[in-house]
Amino acid sequence: MARYGMAIDTRKCVGCMDCVVACKTENGVPEGLNRDWIAYESAGKFPTIHMEIRSERCNHCDNPPCVACCPTGASHVDDLGHIVLVTHNACIGCKACLASCPYDARFVHPDGYADKCTFCAHRVGEGLDPACVMVCPTRCFTFGDLDDPQSAITRVLESRRGHALLTDAGTGPRIFYLD
Amino acid sequence: MTPELFITRHNELVDPFVQVWSWQIPVYLFLGGLVAGMMIITGFSLVKGRYGERSCICSALPGVGLVMLSLGMLALFLDLEHKWYVWRLYTTFQPSSPMSWGAWILVLVYPVLIASWLVRPPALLEDLSQTVERASAWLQARPQAVRAMGAASLGLGVALGIYTGILLSSLGARPLWSSGILGPLFLASGLSAAAAFTHMVARNEHERIEMARLDNVALTAELGILALLMLGLFSGSAPQMAAAGLFMGGAYTAPFWVFVVALGIVMPLIIQNLAVAHRIAHTPLAPLMVMTGSLALRFVFVQAGQMSHWAHGVLGVIRH
Repeated sequence: MARYGMAIDTRKCVGCMDCVVACKTENGVPEGLNRDWIAYESAGKFPTIHMEIRSERCNHCDNPPCVACCPTGASHVDDLGHIVLVTHNACIGCKACLASCPYDARFVHPDGYADKCTFCAHRVGEGLDPACVMVCPTRCFTFGDLDDPQSAITRVLESRRGHALLTDAGTGPRIFYLD
Repeated sequence: MTPELFITRHNELVDPFVQVWSWQIPVYLFLGGLVAGMMIITGFSLVKGRYGERSCICSALPGVGLVMLSLGMLALFLDLEHKWYVWRLYTTFQPSSPMSWGAWILVLVYPVLIASWLVRPPALLEDLSQTVERASAWLQARPQAVRAMGAASLGLGVALGIYTGILLSSLGARPLWSSGILGPLFLASGLSAAAAFTHMVARNEHERIEMARLDNVALTAELGILALLMLGLFSGSAPQMAAAGLFMGGAYTAPFWVFVVALGIVMPLIIQNLAVAHRIAHTPLAPLMVMTGSLALRFVFVQAGQMSHWAHGVLGVIRH
């Protein structure tokens, strides 16, 4: 089984939000809610100031707390590629998964169930990339199987320095930001 | 339809903090803890064979517990966003989910509460129903079964009380909750609230004094556990220290120290110690303060926990 992940080149990302719009269009995300978003983080003191623009979403963690705390098994890791998904008609809307996610990646869909990024599993299952990856005008995304030594994502992570978010939380995030 | 030009939601860099649980969850946790304490007190009375006395508090607590637990379950139900799928809780058991454990513990709690109630049901109910009277007589003729039920009530009470705290501590994304000591803390708080309630409604002086003493022990334990919790947070990682800061100069300093610690634990502890030493008369004031403090503890921890975050104290976050 594959173990899908994503690498995002922060030197190429310009924060255009094409990925956000593509996700909303592809997945019919309701108005006012988002499965992915752009974050700006500034650090340092002039003149050695640093700013990072990041396209963020569910990290499809190796150790997903949202799956562990789900009382009905609605939140689960799928067989396609360890993608964290939610079975809508098994979710009771208790919001434990929202509270357990250190990335605040989940929200309650207006229909009542917990919703979030699916890595566009419906597309990935057909051999396509997620919608956000496809539309990026700067080609800053690399998506693929982290367990495949020949995959583009494995090669890019071997060749470039990068970081994941809030690794101290112990969730094992699978979205990497290339420095 | 408003065009979405700015797309910003549900991220620490964007939202100040996650706010998914309102009043329903603290109320559910309080009532769950209160019922847990009532089950422990009832269980102890049954094991000790006190159900023979008509005035025994064990004749009233299970009935009150049934009502309180049902109200708590109603609060939880109101909080659910996908309400009509609630039955899904009972189509599976998820060992890693405390909420799943809680759902199944409640399945055991209800029958034990009902059976405990039937050991010494209120006289009015016995008069109204012959079935109740017969069931009561059948149970009273079997002291070993009653003792076993008392032991079950004790065990389930402890499990339910700990569950109300572990429910939060299993959500590791919030550093304030990220400690198993919340289980014993909420158990002690639930037991003190139940002892306070029993102290108010007990019909004989002996039970009132006994409950005041039990309450004092539970409140002292609660103070000790709170101190250990704070010690653990302050000696922890940067996000845990930032979480402790919510009570030390942060947004929840006043509610925590005034309503939880001072009015909810320390003051009633002083009043009840004086009452037990026969220096002042027993009044409902201290028990009311204990119950209010126990409710305040749940509100403060649920709200402050949602405000705590792993990014706090680590990232130089700039909010837009």
